[in-house]
Amino acid sequence: MSAARKKKTNTDDYLRMYRQMVRIRAFEDRANQLYLSAKMPGLTHMYSGQEAVAVGICEALTETDKITSTHRGHGHCVAKGANFKEMFCELLGKEEGYCRGKGGSMHIADQSNGNLGANAIVGGSMGIATGAALSAKRLGTGDVTVCFFGDGATAQGLWYEVMNMAALWGLPVIYACENNGYSEYTKTEEIAAGSLTARAEAFGIEAHVVDGQDVLAVNDLTQKLVARARKGEGPFFIQLDTYRYHGHHVGDINREYYRAKDEEALWKAERDPIVNFGKWLTDQGITTSDDLDKLKSEVEADAEAAVAYAEAARYPDTREVDMHVYAPNAA
Amino acid sequence: MREITLSKAVNEAIAEEMRRDETVFLLGEDVAEAGTPFKVLSGLVEEFGTERIIDTPISEPGFTGIAVGAALTGSRPIVDLMFGDFLFLIMDQLCNQAAKAYYMSGGKLNVPMVLRTNLGATRRSAAQHSQSLHALVAHIPGLKVALPSSAYEAKGLMKTAIRDNNPVVIFEDKLMYQDKAPVPEEEYLIPFGVANVKREGKDITLIGTSSMVQVAEAAAEALAKEGIEAEVIDPRTIVPLDEETLLKSVKKTSRAIVIDEGHQSYGVTGEIASRLNEKAFYHLDAPVVRMGAMDVPVPFSPALEDLTVPTVDAVTAMARRLVAGEMIHAA
Ligand SMILES: Cc1ncc(C[n+]2csc(CCOP(=O)(O)OP(=O)(O)O)c2C)c(N)n1
Ligand SMILES: [Mg+2]
Repeated sequence: MSAARKKKTNTDDYLRMYRQMVRIRAFEDRANQLYLSAKMPGLTHMYSGQEAVAVGICEALTETDKITSTHRGHGHCVAKGANFKEMFCELLGKEEGYCRGKGGSMHIADQSNGNLGANAIVGGSMGIATGAALSAKRLGTGDVTVCFFGDGATAQGLWYEVMNMAALWGLPVIYACENNGYSEYTKTEEIAAGSLTARAEAFGIEAHVVDGQDVLAVNDLTQKLVARARKGEGPFFIQLDTYRYHGHHVGDINREYYRAKDEEALWKAERDPIVNFGKWLTDQGITTSDDLDKLKSEVEADAEAAVAYAEAARYPDTREVDMHVYAPNAA
Repeated sequence: MREITLSKAVNEAIAEEMRRDETVFLLGEDVAEAGTPFKVLSGLVEEFGTERIIDTPISEPGFTGIAVGAALTGSRPIVDLMFGDFLFLIMDQLCNQAAKAYYMSGGKLNVPMVLRTNLGATRRSAAQHSQSLHALVAHIPGLKVALPSSAYEAKGLMKTAIRDNNPVVIFEDKLMYQDKAPVPEEEYLIPFGVANVKREGKDITLIGTSSMVQVAEAAAEALAKEGIEAEVIDPRTIVPLDEETLLKSVKKTSRAIVIDEGHQSYGVTGEIASRLNEKAFYHLDAPVVRMGAMDVPVPFSPALEDLTVPTVDAVTAMARRLVAGEMIHAA
């Protein structure tokens, strides 16, 4: 497929990006509800607020391009092409979940779309992403891998080891740091000395900073970098400045001690990626607000139906507990 | 039959599998031109090139993670970990990532990778280059663990490991690299989970792993001179473990000693002894005895180091006591 054809300049592409962001928000709103109503086992980390990052990036990838995801991974999963039904089933530990209920929120992934898994170890997938890129290069598949991680994960030594190798070996990997300003209950400036881009640049890796609330800016930059990575010009680093609307996880309700309510209100009022992109779409005459509202209600209805389906779905048979420990070998 | 060194056997196994399967590659420190500090891999880079025999920086977690990612995406990497002691550096990538991907994904992603490393004390290398840490990884579901006891096993188990669809950790005894054993010219594989009865006997079963197989065999030889017929069994893989062969032997002999070079506490000897106690209790005439390495960091001085590993004399003496009925109410 030529680069020109992939470029997101037509109405369909714009509306798909908008829809994907709305889908993530709708998914998260329901996940939060499931938690608050005690229907969801365990905890979960909301992606709301960061939608433009996952969508802007994944819309620049093909189905076989790979991503590695994080504990805050629902957005990456949706953006890489997953369905609500299997995702809600996974969240509730049901048999029809993408991981047959064995992964849950922190390991959710639609593996058939190139998602190599969400990772509950902060920074844990940096090697995996780099290895997928090495594999792609060796086997000549042409696939590019995007490694999603948070600002907090930049404190992990693993990143520096694998950036070094990725740069030495010219691997088609893009390290995408979602800088949402916090790792758990700590501000980024308290845990990160110097600049993040300088760290990548120290390895000779081209580094970019982009507004992570602007889906078009994210997508435009990623498309260019993906095309260049495919040609063997990788690796690359992108710092995407963004914001998470909820607490660190759904149970992190009283959080004024580390994050001011005013700050949250300001991001929501002025920097919302969906609202701002919707406004741009209508301002440009690409669509009408009525059509966007219609799209939203469609997505809401889809999400409602998927939740209802997942709630009624079966748990895995108890016999599955010791299945999938070892992959079978051909006889 | 020709005799070759254990080192050569490993080299042949890797070369044969790399010729057979393009997706196999190897990475680690000083593996290419240097052929590793033990020279096990000498000659491979000449045949396969630096694209498939890849020298890495000294970044154990980094290159192990890279192997996991490559294994998830169509490659069959072999990781060369220079010393078994360095396992502590790669625990997250091996135990949290490689070992769990298949399970956490509900059987959708698997990690066909081999981690070859070593074990064994008495090389006067002190506490950080002498450990036998196989129990540590055998504790983690999702990993398979092979312990070759001679050149023959080293070749056959390595070939099976490379073809396995799961992460396999294979520990070579670094003191045996120059030991020769008969190894057929023709291709063969040794299946996992099939113990090898090295010597038959009716009075006592000596179960030895890796380096301790020679110790068990020498002890059996000494015991034979005293009229005690010891059966010697090499499990060859501890995960999976061929319980059936071990139980059959113990039911016949009614006595057993388990000998292994890992620390005795919470180790392989305890695990095997406990299974025999649970499953052959009524057949036993004496408690199953564990003989592991002393629970001390491995000391440097030869005067001290030699005290820490089970010896032929110690095993012989213990077998004698067991057969004489002295251990029934042992303190
Ligand atoms: C190795 C490791 N250390 C600590 C944690 C606990 N933990 C989970 S998420 C998190 C914060 C991560 O921050 P960041 O990378 O910025 O991602 P964000 O949550 O902001 O998306 C921490 C400390 C963990 N899961 N793994
Ligand atoms: Mg963060």
